[in-house]
Amino acid sequence: MLTIKNLHAAIDGKEILRGIDLEIKAGETHAIMGPNGSGKSTLSAVLAGNPLFTVTEGSATFNGKDLLAMSPEDRANEGLFLSFQYPVEIPGVSMTNFLRAAVNGKRKYRGEEPLSAGDFLKLMREKKKLVEIDSNLTNRAVNEGFSGGEKKKNEIFQMAMLEPTLRILDETDSGLDIDALRIVANGVTKLKNEQNATIVITHYQRLLDYIVPDFIHILYKGRIVMTGTKELALELEEKGYDWIKEKYQD
Amino acid sequence: MGKNDNELLNDIKSSEYKYGFTSDIDTDVIPRGLNEDVIRLISHKKNEPDFMLDFRLKAFRHWQTLTVPTWAYLNIPDIDFQSISYYAAPKAKKQLNSLDEVDPEIKATFDKLGIPLDEQKKLSNVAVDAVLDSTSVKTTFRATLAEKGIIFCSISEAIREHPDLIKQYLGSVVPHTDNFYAALNAAVFSDGSFVYIPKGVRCPMELSTYFRINSMNTGQFERTLIVADDDSYVSYLEGCTAPMRDENQLHAAIVEIVVHDNAEVKYSTVQNWYPGDKEGRGGIYNFVTKRALCKGVNSKISWTQVETGSAITWKYPSCILKGDNSVGEFYSVALTNNHQQADTGTKMIHLGRNTRSTIISKGISAGYSQNSYRGLVRVTRNADGARNYSQCDSLLLGDKCGAHTFPYSDINNPTAQVEHEATTSKISEDQIFYCNQRGISTEDAIGLIVNGYAKEVLNKLPMEFAIEAQRLLQISLEGSVG
Repeated sequence: MLTIKNLHAAIDGKEILRGIDLEIKAGETHAIMGPNGSGKSTLSAVLAGNPLFTVTEGSATFNGKDLLAMSPEDRANEGLFLSFQYPVEIPGVSMTNFLRAAVNGKRKYRGEEPLSAGDFLKLMREKKKLVEIDSNLTNRAVNEGFSGGEKKKNEIFQMAMLEPTLRILDETDSGLDIDALRIVANGVTKLKNEQNATIVITHYQRLLDYIVPDFIHILYKGRIVMTGTKELALELEEKGYDWIKEKYQD
Repeated sequence: MGKNDNELLNDIKSSEYKYGFTSDIDTDVIPRGLNEDVIRLISHKKNEPDFMLDFRLKAFRHWQTLTVPTWAYLNIPDIDFQSISYYAAPKAKKQLNSLDEVDPEIKATFDKLGIPLDEQKKLSNVAVDAVLDSTSVKTTFRATLAEKGIIFCSISEAIREHPDLIKQYLGSVVPHTDNFYAALNAAVFSDGSFVYIPKGVRCPMELSTYFRINSMNTGQFERTLIVADDDSYVSYLEGCTAPMRDENQLHAAIVEIVVHDNAEVKYSTVQNWYPGDKEGRGGIYNFVTKRALCKGVNSKISWTQVETGSAITWKYPSCILKGDNSVGEFYSVALTNNHQQADTGTKMIHLGRNTRSTIISKGISAGYSQNSYRGLVRVTRNADGARNYSQCDSLLLGDKCGAHTFPYSDINNPTAQVEHEATTSKISEDQIFYCNQRGISTEDAIGLIVNGYAKEVLNKLPMEFAIEAQRLLQISLEGSVG
């Protein structure tokens, strides 16, 4: 589904990603871990096409297409979804209007007719139930005045609405209490199937108890320095990152 | 990244002013310049009674003593008032008696604008008085309205056929001494609309005037007068477009509204005059005086405006709340892009007791434009229990534009309650990227955000106008970010 080769990226002339190689297949869940400042969030931003970052070298192929040549909205419409670490507030724009633009935008991209108002509201109701989101949230403006937990739940709700094939969760567990964490993680798990793949970016083993990864990659100084299975997360939990930092000094 | 430069260019081009066509209509234009002979000629061409010629000459003589106002936050190039032609009328090949006799070219022009001139299109339930350059071409639905005693016709016609009403009301709210442009308009106004709603009548349809400037180098000086008698109601819509020209064209209109006891007038404007090109060449200078007098008790006036056009806008639709318990409202969205300048707002003058006013102003600035809100709330000594609420918000796109707020208050009664709120916000790159990541293009994202920001005002517009205004806001901002 996604093949990343020798990906380098910079912000303001400073190189953050220094040669990432990663292969992700449908049905798989990959966790990306690593100490602060290692480039985890940059990787997700670059894949989603955030214009703040410049790709300086390498390639990324998404379902056979050149991902890096696509606009951010085309990447989204091709099935890439980023659950933001810090979802942005958009005052004045209701969740309903926002999602309607997103859902119908995607349908248009695929050459499908827009959903009628009735069908759209029905879809909203179904998905709200699925991800256990409070009904009131969708009556408000996008993320405006939402608590940290509500924002994250709202990201998962949007994911449910858009049914992406590649789901990138950027520190979705940060700032969540145990109950919210469970709801968010359950949402992600319920929406998992053989056709989609997940990239989970996290600091902690905790989230991986709910979203069990097939692979764990450790990112350090802009490179994947180690790849393992879920046991690697337990080892990290126990030993911290110092041994990795020592081992991969450059 | 995704779009190549050519596509981008096409996108931007296609979003440029879409009403910029001119129509090849045989036009009767008088020579440029302004003097008493020109005024006599205008009056003569319009077959006006003597009292109108006197009205015009008095205004002209006063205008000659005035100088151009310079207090607005606007950079207005010198205007040579002698190089403008003050009258342009489509040449009538013969007297127009029936609906089928309107010049097909004129009809085609209005068809392009999407104005239902044909009475067959009754479904839209909008009566239109179409003003092309200076002359009112046709007023639709006249007969239906006449049954209720409603007068809806061109001001020229009203001057000839209803001189008593004209004598009583014309200039009673905006006298020719009011300001430079008001004096100029009073001297040379060529046409406009007149509405009279008799006592106890609720106008059964929206009344609409569609203005369009067609000829080159002509100014358009319309004059609109609306009188709502006791216990009546009318909703009036004004739409404006103009073709693209390299030169600037002057538009100096007056709208006067008189509202009697328990009557209500809603006046909605969607102003889309040609704003000039991306470098700021050409465009309309829109210097307008609009004022309503809530003369009677419990009377109500509501101004709603969506301003996206004109190179320069100078406009302050105002309410004089004279009748006790009268209500004045001002809802405004003013959008400026590229090199446009707008200085717009309102005046709420509380004279009567328990008078109430609301001001909701939403400015949107993009490109290199400058957008100012200027408003006055005055509570006079006798206006016990007056209340005002003002909210002035500014939204910025990019970092080359400016938003300014000039609220004035002059409160002379201790029982008054006056509230003012103001915010300034910016559409951030983060917001755009968030929308992009959900598959929403940058243009659509801006449309969503801007319409969300302006919805309090857009909701006040009649349905069909609101949809047009929403689209207009989005079109006007295309190509302004990214």
